[in-house]
Amino acid sequence: MKNNLFSYNLVDTPIHRLSGLTKLIAFLLLTFAVMFSYDIRVIICVMIFSFYILKVSQIKFSQIKLMVIYVGLFLITNTIITYLFSPEEGVGIYGTRHEIVHLIGRYSLTMEQIFYQTTKFLKYASVIPLGIIFLLTTNPSEFASSLNRVGVNYKAAYAVALTLRYFPDIQREYVDISLAQQARGLDLSSKAKLKDRFKNALLIIVPLIFSTMDRIELISNAMDLRGFGKCKTRTWYNSKSMNKGDFIAIGISILIFIGTILVSIFINKSRFYNPFI
Amino acid sequence: MNKYFKVTTKTIVATGLGAAIFMLLFMYVKIPSPIPETSFQTAYGISAFFATIYGPIAGGLIGFIGHGLSDALQYGSPWWSWVIASGLSSFIFGFAYKNTGVEDGEFKGQDIVKFNIIQVIGNIIAWMIVAPVLDIVIYAEPVKLVFAQGGIAVIMNSISAGVIGTFFLIAYSATRTKKGSISKK
Repeated sequence: MKNNLFSYNLVDTPIHRLSGLTKLIAFLLLTFAVMFSYDIRVIICVMIFSFYILKVSQIKFSQIKLMVIYVGLFLITNTIITYLFSPEEGVGIYGTRHEIVHLIGRYSLTMEQIFYQTTKFLKYASVIPLGIIFLLTTNPSEFASSLNRVGVNYKAAYAVALTLRYFPDIQREYVDISLAQQARGLDLSSKAKLKDRFKNALLIIVPLIFSTMDRIELISNAMDLRGFGKCKTRTWYNSKSMNKGDFIAIGISILIFIGTILVSIFINKSRFYNPFI
Repeated sequence: MNKYFKVTTKTIVATGLGAAIFMLLFMYVKIPSPIPETSFQTAYGISAFFATIYGPIAGGLIGFIGHGLSDALQYGSPWWSWVIASGLSSFIFGFAYKNTGVEDGEFKGQDIVKFNIIQVIGNIIAWMIVAPVLDIVIYAEPVKLVFAQGGIAVIMNSISAGVIGTFFLIAYSATRTKKGSISKK
């Protein structure tokens, strides 16, 4: 519970110097490009690019270790259950069948399936560095202003800012309540049965919710008193102005995005790259 | 219809803080299920609770922001199809807003049934239809797999919203002053 999730730290790198707006646009463009394409060549290019940016932004491995573990587990289970549920998915997509070895029943290993699953594995893996870069190099306070500037209603953007602002508070309060309840004898350790542990965890949430409801009242009164939501737009204290670097970064992202779409339309004639024909 | 979509400062603040609780529960208070990549999420009980009290806009944004940010923190990047489905299901939960007597200190019998019908409908639309279809459109995942995951998600999220949501709503209504509790002598 005590892990510091927002380990944003200010280092002076070209990536940190970009405005939050640029990073949000680049993140969205690149992730949509990778999500759209099932071409392994495009995916590997984006992957190399994103690892390069990861290196430029000087993110240390210790900062992202937990994420890497989660993602690794996710990718492995996804690979396994995809195979269990549809072992012939690749054959269906690429239209040919090169069987390597027959396993049991409907399960056999085909080149198409291996190719499909490798592509998918890399596809999901290549998005991760992009997200990590975006999260760890963007000032959380600047994030809301960037959302507003890409066209999200400022009230919704403000809600995101509030979430980021109050998440650590709520986390701390959860730990406090949990410790207080444990001191009174509520067992949350692995010695208790799973059912009891779960019930006890819920008993911690009850006070958490009611104190939060009080806090909602308090904050919304304070915001009302300061005239929140009276105008159609608002300005942001934490927004950075755009400079040359920002336009270059957005330009590169747009090029990659358009390139991916063009490769799919003109070279592959579909979202999938088919080496079997 | 207007009563559902009115956005006040309180709606925004409730969204922000609700999403923070949603994130916390989504990441830490869950039971892994035997089916991979799905787990029993207590967070949907919270989004159902907030949606009933603060309306569909707050509910939808709580699901969307909470799920999106916790995905981003854990996996580096949100799984968009499920994030959208989370937002949509919580948005639909919000149609219980002002349709139950929870603000007047009455939440029993008919109100519980009404809340649960709405939440089950929301879960079915979001997890049985929208999430799998988006999985196929955005990520080109295998059809059988996504519908199997969707089915499991419907069952578990309905139980979560039903049991935990109902429990919190009853607890909350007990703190409200009852309608007509003051009478003239």
